[in-house]
Amino acid sequence: MLWLLFFLMTAIHAELCQPGAANAFKVRLSIRTALGNKAYTWDTSEEYLFKAMVAFSMRKVPNREATEISHVLLCNVTQRVSFWFVVTDPSKNHTLPAVEVQTAIRMNKNRINGAFFLNDQTLEFLKIPSTLAPPMDPSVPIWIIIFGVIFCIVIVAITLLILSGIWQRRRKNKEPSEVDDAEDKCENMNTIENGIPCDPLDMKGGHINDAFMTEDERLTPL
Amino acid sequence: MEKTRPLWSNPLQFVFACISYAVGLGNVWRFPYLCQMYGGGSFLVPYIIMLIVEGMPLLYLELAVGQRMRQGSIGAWRTISPYLSGVGIASVVVSFFLSMYYNVINAWAFWYLFHSFQDPLPWSVCPLNGNHTGYDEECEKASSTQYFWYRKTLNISPSLQENGGVQWEPALCLLLAWLVVYLCILRGTESTGKVVYFTASLPYCVLIIYLIRGLTLHGATNGLMYMFTPKMEQLANPKAWVNAATQIFFSLGLGFGSLIAFASYNEPSNNCQKHAIIVSLINSFTSIFASIVTFSIYGFKATFNYENCLKKVSLLLTNTFDLEDGFLTASNLEQVKGYLASAYPSKYSEVFPHIKNCSLESELDTAVQGTGLAFIVYTEAIKNMEVSQLWSVLYFFMLLMLGIGSMLGNTAAILTPLTDSKIISSHLPKEAISGLVCLVNCAIGMVFTMEAGNYWFDIFNDYAATLSLLLIVLVETIAVCYVYGLRRFESDLKAMTGRAVSWYWKVMWAGVSPLLIVSLFVFYLSDYILTGTLKYQAWDASQDDRL
Repeated sequence: MLWLLFFLMTAIHAELCQPGAANAFKVRLSIRTALGNKAYTWDTSEEYLFKAMVAFSMRKVPNREATEISHVLLCNVTQRVSFWFVVTDPSKNHTLPAVEVQTAIRMNKNRINGAFFLNDQTLEFLKIPSTLAPPMDPSVPIWIIIFGVIFCIVIVAITLLILSGIWQRRRKNKEPSEVDDAEDKCENMNTIENGIPCDPLDMKGGHINDAFMTEDERLTPL
Repeated sequence: MEKTRPLWSNPLQFVFACISYAVGLGNVWRFPYLCQMYGGGSFLVPYIIMLIVEGMPLLYLELAVGQRMRQGSIGAWRTISPYLSGVGIASVVVSFFLSMYYNVINAWAFWYLFHSFQDPLPWSVCPLNGNHTGYDEECEKASSTQYFWYRKTLNISPSLQENGGVQWEPALCLLLAWLVVYLCILRGTESTGKVVYFTASLPYCVLIIYLIRGLTLHGATNGLMYMFTPKMEQLANPKAWVNAATQIFFSLGLGFGSLIAFASYNEPSNNCQKHAIIVSLINSFTSIFASIVTFSIYGFKATFNYENCLKKVSLLLTNTFDLEDGFLTASNLEQVKGYLASAYPSKYSEVFPHIKNCSLESELDTAVQGTGLAFIVYTEAIKNMEVSQLWSVLYFFMLLMLGIGSMLGNTAAILTPLTDSKIISSHLPKEAISGLVCLVNCAIGMVFTMEAGNYWFDIFNDYAATLSLLLIVLVETIAVCYVYGLRRFESDLKAMTGRAVSWYWKVMWAGVSPLLIVSLFVFYLSDYILTGTLKYQAWDASQDDRL
């Protein structure tokens, strides 16, 4: 009698949890990819932990606080490691709707990941998309801050250079008025001495051939 | 008393200015591409021959003209013959076109530089889609670096006709770029002379750091061996020779008037022959140096992508056949594939279309040039390095130095004739003329910050300067040799510098170089005519590939 009941239970379990059954989800773990040498082997104890995490997640859903570990059924465990699971209701006759399981897993994905030292890429619930963490978005984009700093530095430098150029030119304009007087005296003396008016070449007509102008600059200036 | 012409404080400033101008972005993003396309190590043969036959003589010619005439391009050519002042004006116009679109590259470099101070780098991750369940679709189909370039930086429109509006972020960066250029040219040679110390030497520091880092990257040797293995049959390909000549020609920046402008600020007794040889040698050496760095980066990126591809295939097979995790490695992949194909033929044939053929060769074969190399390929390699923020900052800082160095030369080519002209310089001070030129260029440059701006940029880059420069330099050479007279020019140089001009230069100037330029000119003209309608590559947002 007991054996019959046992076979009946396993038969029912087998029907509820099947690859591709309604409300069943496939789970895939890549432990070696995530942990390398420190990878643990997947055994029945780990399966028990998994069932516990799923039951824990279901308990967070309103109306499902009575979910027990025995309500979570695993089947088709492969070498990969991958398996299918369903969550049954307390009567163990039918499975809970997929939507509820989905919401529960999504809300607690981080805890489940943490329990197995895995992340969203190495612990996959197919058909349950994980919520990706949005990138950190500061209120003021960083690049504008740096741009503003460099912009201000450049503007200040330009202003300084322009102002110093103007000051230099003002100082130069004051000096030549003194130098010019001395030059005029020299020129007057020259013209008187020679008796020939020496007008500078570039004041009357005629063009200056620039190819020969360079001759002047090779002479040492006075 | 006439105002004396401003001079470089010492000859080193002049050499640095020329190096800073000649060593530009072309050395980094065009030469490695050519090297890869035309036979790797064997491309160096036509390159060096063209350097000796075409590059050095023409560079020496321009420097000598500038140093002799002591004026910018317009005045210099008017002095040689009043009928030739058009050559000078042509140089100024071409320089103007170039400075319009070239500074946009500096704007992009600034943009990337400012974005390098984030963790993680913004081009290393795709943004999330609306409901946070996955990544943005456009980004998934392309790669995150391509997405960042085409969508975030350019916000490119699907075609040239759809202009879109001016994007404020690149516009701000362009404004900053022009302000920086203005700051450097504000005081003429006084300020330029000090800036070129940095713009000429800092890129080499960064290149050396990158060389050391690049050579120690995993997979760098793959790239170096693949690229530098000489393919001798390419020597018979006329395109290799044409491209070598073109690369030397444009890399040295001949014909823009910048070299004439720089040389006009020299002492008359300056030994420009020595400087011409030094500058052209350094320019070519930098190209080769940069291509070593680029190829090691290529190798790293290709190896990384290849290994990723293998991992994806392994994962696909592991998931489909529920094999043990970690069982499939690169070494047994083929074996296991064969076994699975025979053991589970139906399931295997289902999954077969999704299995990509991973090949290191095909990853290495992707030859990229231009902005694609600088902003997509390099950033992709950088995001996979450790401490990627540091490498990113260094790299874009180097691009900036190279770009600004070349911009200084371009603006000098425009400003020197303007400040030489007595009409303009009597009304406006030097600072105002520079400011006006920068303002006009900046305003026009806003076109390149529109959504279709990158297409305009490509058009300008490909067609604005090529033929005009060839023609200008051809006329220059003929003018100096036959209009001014080679003998007269030679005696001028001897009187000026105190050294005789060797027969080699005279033969090159009078015969070989003009012939070379004529043949280049004929080649390009026939190429344009034969191609028919000119095309540009567009970015298709739905397919995320270039059309």
